[in-house]
Amino acid sequence: MPATLFDKIWAKHAILTRPDGATLLHVGRHLVHDGSSQAFRTLADQGLTVRRPDRTFATADHYVATTAQGGARSLDDIAVPERRHLVEALAANTAKAGIAHFGLNDLRQGIVHIVGPEQGITQPGLLMVCGDSHTATHGALGALAFGIGSSEVAHVLATQTLWQSKPRSMRISVDGRLAEGVTAKDVILAIIAQIGAAGGTGHVIEYAGSAIRSLSAEGRMTVCNMSIEAGARAGMVAPDETTFAYLSGRPYAPKGALWDKAVAAWKELPTDPDAVFDTEVSVDATAIVPMVTWGTSPEDAVPITGRVPDPDRAPAERREAMRRKLDYMGLTPGEALDGVKVDRVFIGSCTNGRIEDLRAAAAVARGRKATIPAMVVPGSGLVRAQAEAEGLDRVFRDAGFEWRYAGCSMCVGMNGDTVAPGQRSASTSNRNFVGRQGPGARTHLVSPAMAAAAAVTGRFTDVRRLTGG
Amino acid sequence: MKPFRSLDAVAAPMGTPNIDTDQIIPARYLWRSKADGYGMHLFQDLRFAADGTPREEFVLNQPAYANAGIIVAGRNFGCGSSREAAVWALSDYGVRCVIAPSFGDIFYNNSFKNGLLPIVLPPERVAALLAALDRKQDVRIEIDLQAQTVTGPGGTVDHFEVDPFRKQLLLEGMDDIAFTLRHTEQMAAFETEYDRAAPWLAVPG
Ligand code: SF4
Repeated sequence: MPATLFDKIWAKHAILTRPDGATLLHVGRHLVHDGSSQAFRTLADQGLTVRRPDRTFATADHYVATTAQGGARSLDDIAVPERRHLVEALAANTAKAGIAHFGLNDLRQGIVHIVGPEQGITQPGLLMVCGDSHTATHGALGALAFGIGSSEVAHVLATQTLWQSKPRSMRISVDGRLAEGVTAKDVILAIIAQIGAAGGTGHVIEYAGSAIRSLSAEGRMTVCNMSIEAGARAGMVAPDETTFAYLSGRPYAPKGALWDKAVAAWKELPTDPDAVFDTEVSVDATAIVPMVTWGTSPEDAVPITGRVPDPDRAPAERREAMRRKLDYMGLTPGEALDGVKVDRVFIGSCTNGRIEDLRAAAAVARGRKATIPAMVVPGSGLVRAQAEAEGLDRVFRDAGFEWRYAGCSMCVGMNGDTVAPGQRSASTSNRNFVGRQGPGARTHLVSPAMAAAAAVTGRFTDVRRLTGG
Repeated sequence: MKPFRSLDAVAAPMGTPNIDTDQIIPARYLWRSKADGYGMHLFQDLRFAADGTPREEFVLNQPAYANAGIIVAGRNFGCGSSREAAVWALSDYGVRCVIAPSFGDIFYNNSFKNGLLPIVLPPERVAALLAALDRKQDVRIEIDLQAQTVTGPGGTVDHFEVDPFRKQLLLEGMDDIAFTLRHTEQMAAFETEYDRAAPWLAVPG
């Protein structure tokens, strides 16, 4: 029977299926971060040990500081003792269990969803999980990857398995050529605006179509990353030459004869031509322009050329919620988004903290000056080092942007990297929820280039005006 | 885990769609351990003003819904991050059931692990329950998990679907790690075959 990429990976990991449909799935690789201490505690309480430390990889990201008081970053940079303890606990728990751990002073440390692909831990055909909702990022390399809760993390640590009922499948085909200045971030924001924040609920999304094919592996990660913002369990892209070229030579990627063997297996993975999806969505790539969100759900995304929507013109049942959002965001119905004043800029996160993102932001910042506070937080120590080797840190510093160490930082308002109440931020992260970047923070989601454009103009600005795109 | 069989409790209406886990429990409290308790910070920024005084308009602060054990919510409740603390905060506060037209997937999964029952009902039925609760006269809802029924104010009865496996674990209050470990032999055999088929996954020790 013709099968989808998702079907194939699911079948390869199904140990047993109960008559009621619950399937016990083997977990190919498991990623762990510094929010996992409760899971290790659960394990210890039950007298259990980690079943497959060799298939488990850890890094500290959520609670690490992105500044260094001394010459190098240390635990002391985390001001709140309880958070420091979480980072320490990860180091201790992983050392005890024999799990590879990229800690604070390891150049490989970074946001778990940046680190997995970068190290070649993420590979096509794998079923991967992590106690974080943005695990879908890894699907960009042709893996089935989804986020789980803390109890499930404990379950995976103890058994290397997970019980799941098979989600439905959705294919989102994005066809056509993306216009100049339109990025992967704009693509996913446009998709979520089209299908809604619950549009993918209960589904695993496969992103397909010529526009997705034409994206780099990193761009695909940006798209898959925000699958959860569309309500989906996971997002994935079929592995192809772009995928293989990205993985080749990475530390945990296979080498030599094993590489050839792996690639041969990976080439079997893409969805068969006649395979059927439960839901099909098509998106016109040529209609996408740089996007910006106006509200407090990622579905509230509009083109930068657009206006703040008017609740009076919305369906009756939406009006009240829209008014509340506009009140929180301090926006007026009908106001043009291009030109709205911004107070600070955050470039980073697992959505847009990779080297290509920093290059795109630097291209806009180069030779200009930030007129508002702007911060660049590389997604990993290696991204930071690469950016420094390319001189991007200089570009940012010369333009008055802050240059930080790797971590989640202002995406989640950690360690003082917060947006003040009532302040408006242009952020390359994935969530514009009420209070996400700090109580009262007004978050607008944009691409790295759009964020840099906001930094240098102090307003939301169609980046194509600055770059001539 | 506490078993869940039936529940008769005050239900609070929260009809706003997309109530995300950042609103249920803001990230700044996530350093706490589960044992420290999270209930005091449930819906922190909706429930309390910045100076800590309760916001009167927030539903859980209204006398009619005091000690709510059920929340009736809008679509996509619990969307957002995978933080299980969102469920811990609800159950620690005393909420053991949330009824909504749809849920964030991970929140939905996490609920079952903590003896909290998420119930999906059709949007129009949730709207009817919300409207009945808003009247503040009869605010109790009764849940029977075995029979899979929700009895609302005025005696309306709705049937709901629940995954049989999860239902069983909830009814028995059974921990699923212990359950899974009954399959150790099958797991081991599967792993051996899996590792043989994908030798490139072995990490040189
Ligand atoms: S960068 Fe933000 S979204 Fe990504 S893992 Fe960190 S906190 Fe979560």
